[in-house]
Amino acid sequence: MSDKNNARGYLSAGLMASGPVCLGYIPIGIAFGVLAQKAGLSPLETGLMSLMVFAGSSQFIAISMLSAGAGAVSIIATTFVVNLRHLLMSSSLALFLGSSGRKKLFAFAYGITDESFAVNISKFKNGDWDINRALAVNFSANIMWILSTVAGGYGGQFIKPHSFGMDYALIAMFICLLVFQLKGRVYVFTALVGGISAVLLSLCLSGNSYIIIASVFAAGAGVFIKKIRR
Amino acid sequence: MIEREYYYIVLGMGFVTFIPRLLPVYFLSGRTLPRWFIEWLDLIPAAVLSALLLPALVKTGTPGTFSLYSPGMIVAVPTFLVAVKTKSLGGTVVTGMGLYWLLDIIFK
Repeated sequence: MSDKNNARGYLSAGLMASGPVCLGYIPIGIAFGVLAQKAGLSPLETGLMSLMVFAGSSQFIAISMLSAGAGAVSIIATTFVVNLRHLLMSSSLALFLGSSGRKKLFAFAYGITDESFAVNISKFKNGDWDINRALAVNFSANIMWILSTVAGGYGGQFIKPHSFGMDYALIAMFICLLVFQLKGRVYVFTALVGGISAVLLSLCLSGNSYIIIASVFAAGAGVFIKKIRR
Repeated sequence: MIEREYYYIVLGMGFVTFIPRLLPVYFLSGRTLPRWFIEWLDLIPAAVLSALLLPALVKTGTPGTFSLYSPGMIVAVPTFLVAVKTKSLGGTVVTGMGLYWLLDIIFK
């Protein structure tokens, strides 16, 4: 019985934590579904991509490449480059997943997105989090993403996803979770370097490789500052 | 356009997306890592979140043009202050959404 109670506890903690992510996925998911429908995909095919890939920006890019008649190899290669940033997020999450079994690690890895990472890493760093709760965050976000994209495919033009400021839910969430990370001067310094270099790089590079470059550079600069201040 | 190729594309996309998500949690979890690397990973969240956020606020399009006075940026300032003051995720998200909505209504 205590197992059942535990499972329920994990689930409700995870669902609570994933609220802003789920809310924010609705307008983006619907917008994606509408775009996919215009490109000729059925709602089922749209949902299949959301299930298999579960990475918003790369899915948008894939749809526009499909519409432009791009080939499979170039779409898949682009997806790889666009989603490579998860390597960094997965690495920093790894610090907190020490004793987890393989199956859970596989399941968890599938659900690492920018948004689920942001929520889970701040919870893990707080110390009151574990892989079960993190899995609940990932999967509720995943389900919401799939449902929203399918809904968009079925008549998204009739749904008004841009009301109530829902477009801003994820931005506001990132602002707050970034604030949670700023627990000292080194973190503030790192965030400033990361943000400013990302803006500068994004203005001259195409694609989103600026995210990886800026983050690697900023965290490196942070470690360096820490070292010389010691 | 929808042919069998679509399914190969989706499978391929899924595979190449999953691998970078999996390899670090799979191979780094539970390992003893050098101290500099742990310190570096500890700073990654601040770096990544900021690198995701700031361009989204001050830039439109890709590679894009820079504009410091987008609606998103105007709302970001009070939202940031609420986050610092309250340390509440729910409160910050609701504030941000509300202000953005308000701005949208006023300037429609």
